[in-house]
Amino acid sequence: MQTDKVISVSNLTKKFGDFTAVDNISFDCVKGEIFGFLGANGAGKTTAMRMLCGLSLPTSGEASVAGFDVYKESELIKKKIGYMSQKFSLYEDLTVWENIRFYAGIYGLSDSNIREKSRQLLTELHLEGQENALVRSLPLGWKQKLAFSVAIVHNPAIVFLDEPTGGVDPITRREFWGLIYEASARDITVFVTTHYMDEAEYCNRVSIMVDGKIEALDTPANLKQHYNADSMDEVFLHLARTATRSQD
Amino acid sequence: MAVTVQDLVKNYTVKKKTIEALKGISFSVEKGEIFGIIGPDGAGKTSLFRILTTLLEPDGGSATVDGCSVKDEYLQIRQRVGYMPGKFSLYQDLTVQENLEFFAAIFNVSIADNYEYIKEIYEQIAPFKDRKAGQLSGGMKQKLALCCALIHKPTVLFLDEPTTGVDAVSRKEFWEMLHRLKTQGITILVSTPYMDEAGLCDRVGLIQKGAFLSIETPQSIIRDFKKTLWSVRADDMYRLMETILKSPLINSCYPFGQYHHVTFKDDTKKQSDLEAIVAPGNFKDVEIAAIQPNIEDCFMALMTE
Amino acid sequence: MKQFLIFVKKECLHIWRDRRTLVILIGMPIVQIILYGFALTNEVKNSRIAVFDQSKDDATRLITDRIAASRYFNLEKNLNSYKQIGESFREGIVRMVVVFPINFQDDLLHTNHAQIQLIADASDPNTANTLANYASAIVNDYQNALNNDQKLPYNIDVQLRMLYNPELKGAYNFVPGVMALVLMLICAMMTSISIVKEKEMGTMEVILVSPLKPFRIVLAKTVPYLLVSLLNIISILLLSVYALDVPIKGSIFLLMAESTLFTITSLSLGILISNFSRTQQSAMFTSMMSLFLPTLLFSGFLFPIENMPKALQIISNIVPAKWYYIIVKAVMIKGLGITAIWKETLILMGMTLLLLGISIRNFKIRLA
Repeated sequence: MQTDKVISVSNLTKKFGDFTAVDNISFDCVKGEIFGFLGANGAGKTTAMRMLCGLSLPTSGEASVAGFDVYKESELIKKKIGYMSQKFSLYEDLTVWENIRFYAGIYGLSDSNIREKSRQLLTELHLEGQENALVRSLPLGWKQKLAFSVAIVHNPAIVFLDEPTGGVDPITRREFWGLIYEASARDITVFVTTHYMDEAEYCNRVSIMVDGKIEALDTPANLKQHYNADSMDEVFLHLARTATRSQD
Repeated sequence: MAVTVQDLVKNYTVKKKTIEALKGISFSVEKGEIFGIIGPDGAGKTSLFRILTTLLEPDGGSATVDGCSVKDEYLQIRQRVGYMPGKFSLYQDLTVQENLEFFAAIFNVSIADNYEYIKEIYEQIAPFKDRKAGQLSGGMKQKLALCCALIHKPTVLFLDEPTTGVDAVSRKEFWEMLHRLKTQGITILVSTPYMDEAGLCDRVGLIQKGAFLSIETPQSIIRDFKKTLWSVRADDMYRLMETILKSPLINSCYPFGQYHHVTFKDDTKKQSDLEAIVAPGNFKDVEIAAIQPNIEDCFMALMTE
Repeated sequence: MKQFLIFVKKECLHIWRDRRTLVILIGMPIVQIILYGFALTNEVKNSRIAVFDQSKDDATRLITDRIAASRYFNLEKNLNSYKQIGESFREGIVRMVVVFPINFQDDLLHTNHAQIQLIADASDPNTANTLANYASAIVNDYQNALNNDQKLPYNIDVQLRMLYNPELKGAYNFVPGVMALVLMLICAMMTSISIVKEKEMGTMEVILVSPLKPFRIVLAKTVPYLLVSLLNIISILLLSVYALDVPIKGSIFLLMAESTLFTITSLSLGILISNFSRTQQSAMFTSMMSLFLPTLLFSGFLFPIENMPKALQIISNIVPAKWYYIIVKAVMIKGLGITAIWKETLILMGMTLLLLGISIRNFKIRLA
């Protein structure tokens, strides 16, 4: 099992002055796992995610992502991960094809490879014939699905999803999770944050951060059993209510 | 009636293509009601709110707020409504106190006069009153924005997606605040993409692509769900869904937390039929039960109708 | 009124809290003036000159020697024809040519009257001016020395000819120019940006849904920038008087009043731009392209308008800065009163009323 670890974090800490945003967290993620990363606003999720993406240096502790060290090999990490967030995903003023071409180009895919991949991608998303439509003109749900497909176009080891389904209609939201399952079946590890508690149930394992610490980490079923709760919503509320700080 | 809307139409023209943001919607909201407008992004919620707060002119139909027409009596409406737009809309470089003072002043009221009205909410952010608004946490910003929207004692309060991107704890707190405001007689129109918040409203309008799917109390919407809803779970949920969807008898199967929610095309089908569909998959720990639908089930059913 | 004041206060807080922009706002005009001040005080030494002596007598030789001996001048060559004068300038060998006419000494001694012509390259107006002044002084000295033992005074008439830039546009023109530029930039650009910023931030939505009249929103947003602009005018004037020795010859009140008028013109342009811009960037670029450049090109302080093609001359009339520039030059440099500039003032007033009217009419009371 050792070799299957794609994310390995131990005692990771990030301080901003006196403020400890991420406080000594440790966890592992294995290949193809869907890992739910929950926490109230300001619990430290974004900071932790930035460190794992190689965008910010930890204050102390160790972490490796896709087998690379976050301190020294952040450039290598960036080649092996994909990232998508609700706030930033695709360029609205470029067409579907231009966006695919751009992101695939960034990761060094060859032209023929890009063409093949994008045809495949457009077929999967039922977007054939829309290659030349501006992303702006697509409905939000399509945009989000397209953004996700583009984020994994280079077959990364891990894809980080920051509230990918915010504001999306319930059916598209479920279709989106269908895509997540497919990615997971292709051995891509999915690291996802969400405010929809029902989505927490779809994850293989869930961690809940409170005040910079990981207060709980287990499968949804075990968490519910442990906290004697009916749903993840209850588990989350139970833990997050103990939070003392509130910072974005 | 606090708000009446009749055949309201709003179109946008983008590159010679006309997009219908609102396709002739009608509804009304009674005084003192919490009315939820629930739908995904792009359904037309913000356009509707902007028309009702006189920020946009409708292309057709009519609407009144507190008895005033949104077209001709916009100045009267602006005196009486409170509005919290979707985007965080406070001055980030001003302190909490300065923001509140500013909004009180432009509505021609003093904080002291109306303090009782916002006291309960403001006390929670008062310890940070000298902090710049930009440095507040999401939940605090939201409370400050609510104070600023309430400081002039509006008769109708418009909240455009106040809980979007806010965590579950802050969302619960926010709704508790709204219910306390309701007891003071204020009418509240609130929009949200979170279906689970529907149950917290007196009545809800489910909106999709510029038109209402249904306008009812949450209870009646659920009562109107035409089919029997089954919940199914097993050890391998992903394969379970694939198995169920393969059957030609199935109308829909959506993942719903730890269960899949399933409906048949023919509603006379029974639990035994579903068991028969699942059986070839050799799943372990199979659980099947008929359940009460929730608003999200109803929304999805209405969407696909 | 309280509404209005608190809005102004809020606007001042925005400016005050954004220290970097504040420093630029206050510092930019000062830096511009000081930079030019340095360029101005470069002392002129050992400038190369030529002499075209058509008389070749004792007097011309004496004067030539005196000029050549001065530390300001180096006699580079003697010329033999008028044609050579133009050539030496074009080749850049000399900055000034001293021309003695035929029979200089005879004229001086017999008619008590003679002429010297100084021809200077005025493409660098300051240097040309300085050189001409020095040379005139030397000639004056010589004349005074002669007159010491004479009852009937000799009179040497020094004629100046400035080549390439006959109006000697330079230092005195720069101060009014910078004033026009700074006011245009701060008022128009900063107002438009600050209004558009509210649109971008979403705060405009909330303000519009308040009983505050849209017209007052606009007015309140302009007041702080009006104040900053007046502060800038004062700092520019102080610097120009005390650091650059450019005096204010006319009435300072008239100057301030005219400047306020121009500030309001610029503010209304800023409001107008904000009506059509959706992002802060577009507001900035629109201001740059439609205000800053025309002010630079058509106000007349960098490029003389009278040398432009007719079409451009006509276009220059719609640039408010042109009229302000004329007014400031008249009041500040020439010391003229309102009687001399009432026409320009009226034109500027008309423009202001028109712009203010259009921008307030177009200010959207709704979002779209």
